[in-house]
This record gives sequence, structure tokens and C-alpha cells, in this order.
Amino acid sequence: MNVSASQSPRAPLRGHPRRIALVVLGLSLTAVLILLPLVAVFYYAFREGWAVYWHHLSDAETLHAVWLTLLAALVAVPVNTVFGIVAAWTIAKFDFPGRRLLTSLIELPLSISPIVIGIAYLFVFGMQGLFGEWLSDHDLRLVFSVPAIVIVTTIVTMPFVFREVLPLMQSQGTSEELAAISLGASGWKTFFKVTLPNIKWALIYGISLTFARSLGEFGSVAVVSGAVRGETNTMTLQIHMLFDDATQTGAFAVASVLTSIALVTLLVKTWVERREARRLAEGTGQNSH
Amino acid sequence: MSQQRVIPGFGYTLGSTLLFLSLATLLPLGALVFKAAGLSWAEFWSYVSDPRAVATYKITLTSAFISTLLNVALGLLVAWILVRYDFPGRRLLDAAVDLPFALPTAVAGLTLATLLVPTGLIGQLFAPLGWKISYALPGMVIAMTFTSFPFVVRTVQPVLADLDPHLEEASANLGAGPFTTFRKVIFPELLPALLAGTTLALVRALGEFGAVVFIAGNLPFKTEISSLLIYIRVGENDYAGAAALATVILASALVLLITMNIIQGRLYRRLHG
Repeated sequence: MNVSASQSPRAPLRGHPRRIALVVLGLSLTAVLILLPLVAVFYYAFREGWAVYWHHLSDAETLHAVWLTLLAALVAVPVNTVFGIVAAWTIAKFDFPGRRLLTSLIELPLSISPIVIGIAYLFVFGMQGLFGEWLSDHDLRLVFSVPAIVIVTTIVTMPFVFREVLPLMQSQGTSEELAAISLGASGWKTFFKVTLPNIKWALIYGISLTFARSLGEFGSVAVVSGAVRGETNTMTLQIHMLFDDATQTGAFAVASVLTSIALVTLLVKTWVERREARRLAEGTGQNSH
Repeated sequence: MSQQRVIPGFGYTLGSTLLFLSLATLLPLGALVFKAAGLSWAEFWSYVSDPRAVATYKITLTSAFISTLLNVALGLLVAWILVRYDFPGRRLLDAAVDLPFALPTAVAGLTLATLLVPTGLIGQLFAPLGWKISYALPGMVIAMTFTSFPFVVRTVQPVLADLDPHLEEASANLGAGPFTTFRKVIFPELLPALLAGTTLALVRALGEFGAVVFIAGNLPFKTEISSLLIYIRVGENDYAGAAALATVILASALVLLITMNIIQGRLYRRLHG
């Protein structure tokens, strides 16, 4: 999360045609690339009216997909929140060799194709995989099933809390924790009373981003789910299926739900950054630089 | 080193981080490479040099490369106006930059595909000109540009904001025009961050799946990307072929990340000693 305050004041546009041209160009390109698709989601979803929209959303298969997607998020979010905090704490508060490598490895799921992650999962738990025979001997099915969706979603969204929390923990250093501990606080107490309040806003954004991304995961889930209608279809898989069926309004109805959640995530981010900027401006956060 | 002893929990936190990381990513990726390593060299080569596979490499690289060039230009422009100028809508623009991070790629793909088909709201403007956007390279480039858009902006923005304004004043006082000042003073300072953002955008575009499959039409030899071919191989139960291709994709992403990391480190050291 970017919390550094800008040093130079922003220049006004009035009377500077070149500045105006740059701003107009930047705004219009972003509007076409980003805002137009955003508006289009809701336009296509509601084009046939509320009743049709509601009819598509309350479809049994769609509701099942919503439930399954929420289930995956309900596991991925808490697991990755705990993992993100623990990993960021390890890297930010202790000095040990290989910290940069460890950071890169944790962020790896951001850089490789979700298809590769999905198929890698198959090679561990699938029939062709490392544990395939053992699992089938014990009648356990970890591919083309609900657990597969949950596990893969958790893997793909692993880096988000970590990435938001780490820079803040690093910039705050260890002085406050050292002070608390030298005054006799336990490790847990230090974490809850000192570290957690310092990172809480970045953490909130990290959690909401993890939530949005776990609901929206597509590629890796497509590989491991088997995409059985009404059984192992998540919301994004349902969108793809409705798109293939040419059920445009249905696809956009599901998409509008995911888009609304993405918008809420952005609102959280804006709100968190404003709080952070205010905290820096008030001078209560001198330690943050 | 003494800090390590004072703050408690080093062993537990490092241990659980490594354990979770190993189970979640290193074990599956290791299993993938292990599977591919079980193939003979001739088998491996026949899978990865298959003409259909080679066509997907070319298509993926071409569209990812073009989209990254677009993202560098657009990202620099947006970061510049966000940091330097005061204008109505600036906060909205700043928030909008992150939308592709938060929006599921399947939603982006669905929407862009629907807008850009010849009968869609945008596509119909270009259809009379004979331009094909959906189910062709331009559509894939647009989808990749959308999903990678935040990377350049968000890496360049903080560096630009922290740049010492006196450098530019000095340059201007010495008679340099704004373009020369940007090229000689600002750009070299931005370069390490720009390179980092560009790498992330490129790697993301190379691996993008959700947004592209909706818009590409997925015709073999024409608009089929490598990720999709792996997915198709899995669907055909051709696990060996899928493992071989996935290993190529994984290895090229890692090589790209490591190379750019080294170059970036060198640039940074040259700038700051």
C-alpha cells in the first residue's frame, strides 16, 4: 500500500494547454479502458429490467454457484489472513538471509498462469499425481470436487494480505515492539497491542482484496473443478457457461454481483488510504517513515 | 542480530511460513516439474515443439508484448498526471486504476467480448471499417492491457512522488526544455521502477487466461494462447502433454522474473551507488 506523501505540490492546469492536453488524454483513455466496461456490466445486466435480472440471479444453478464460491472464500480469506500476517511478521521483524527470495516465492502465484497452478494441483492430488493412488485407495476425491475448488482458491489468493501488510510492517521497523517487550509484554500481547493496530487498515484492504479475488478466481478453478453444472460450478465458471449458452443477461447478472464486490473493495481502499494520509498529516505516525 | 533474540516467535513464524508455502505452491509446482521430468527428452521435445504449441507461443508473446508497450505508455501518462497535476476527477482516476486488480478477469473478459463483437456497442463502430477486434489479436491485446493496467502506474507513482523537485528546477534553469528534462533527469530516476512494473505487466499478460478466453475465439493457430492449450490438453486427459507445456510456461516466467530482477538491481545500484 502506497502511504508515502507526495513532496511537490500538484500544479494547477489553468493556462497550461500542454498540461490540459495530457490530463484529458489520460482521463479519456482510462475512461474507455476501465470505466466503460464497468458501466457496461450493469447496462447489460439490467437491460431487460429488474424482473429478468432477478429471475437469472435466483436460478437454482446460479445460487448453487454463489454458495460454492462463498464457501471457497470463507476458507481462503481466514487462512490467507493468518498466513499473510505471520509471513509478513517473519520477514519484517527478523533479520535472516533469504528474505528477498522468500518474498518472491510467496508472491509467485501472482506471476504464473492460474492454469499452471491448477494443473500443478492435479499432479499432486489427481489420479496422475503424487498422492493419486493413495487417495483413491482411501476413497478420497480431491480433484473435480468441492475441496479442490476451495484449496486451489486458497493457493491463488495467498499473496494478497501479505503484500498489503509487509511494506507497512517493514517501514515501521521493530522499535515499538522492542519497547513493548522490554517493558515486559508477552509476544502475543505485543502483537495485538502494538503491531496489529499499526497495520490494521492495510490489513482490512488486504482482506477485502483477498475476498474479491477468491470470488473471482477462474483459470485454476476451471482446471480442477470439472465444472459440473449445479455441482462444481463457481460464479466465474457459471458466467463462462452462460456466455457459451448465449444467455447474455444471465452471465451479466452474475457478473454484476462480482463487480459490485470489486467496487466495494475499491471503496475500502480509498477510505483506508485517506485515513492513512490523515494519520501521517496529523503527525501521529512519525515512525512510519 | 540481538533483535532476533528479543522479539519472540522467530522459529514458529518462519517454520509455519515455510511449511504453508511448501504445501501450497512448492509441492504442486515440484510435482509438475517431476511429472515433466518423467518424460524422455524426445517425448518432451515433441510435445513442446508441436506446431500447434509453437503457434500458441507466438500468439501469446505477440499479444502480451504489444499490450505491455501500451501499458508502459499509458501507465507513465496516468502516473504523471496523478502525481503532478491537480484536476477534477483525480481521486476517481486514482481509485479506478485498481479496478483491474479487484475485478475478476472472467468479468473483464465477458464485458470486453460483449462490447467488442461486431454487433456490440463498441465493435459496431469499427465493423464498417472492416476492423476485426473480437476473436482477433486486437481483442486479446485489449484484454491483456486491461488486466495488467495497474502495474506500471502503481510502481512508477510513488517514485515520481518522491522525486526531488529541485532537480527539475535546476535542469530548467540550465536551459533544458520540459522534454529534455523528462528524458535526461526524470526518466533515468524512474527507470528501475518502470522496469519492475513493466515486468509485472508482461508476466501477468503472458499468464492471463480468464479475460483472454472470452474474447479470443480460441481458434488453433490463430487466437489460441498457451494457457488455453494446456487447459485443452487436460480436458483431453493428455496429462503428459499438459505437464510439458506447463513446465515451459513456468520456466519462462521464472527466467523472465529473475533476469528482470538482476537488471533492476544493477540499474538501482548505478543510480544510488
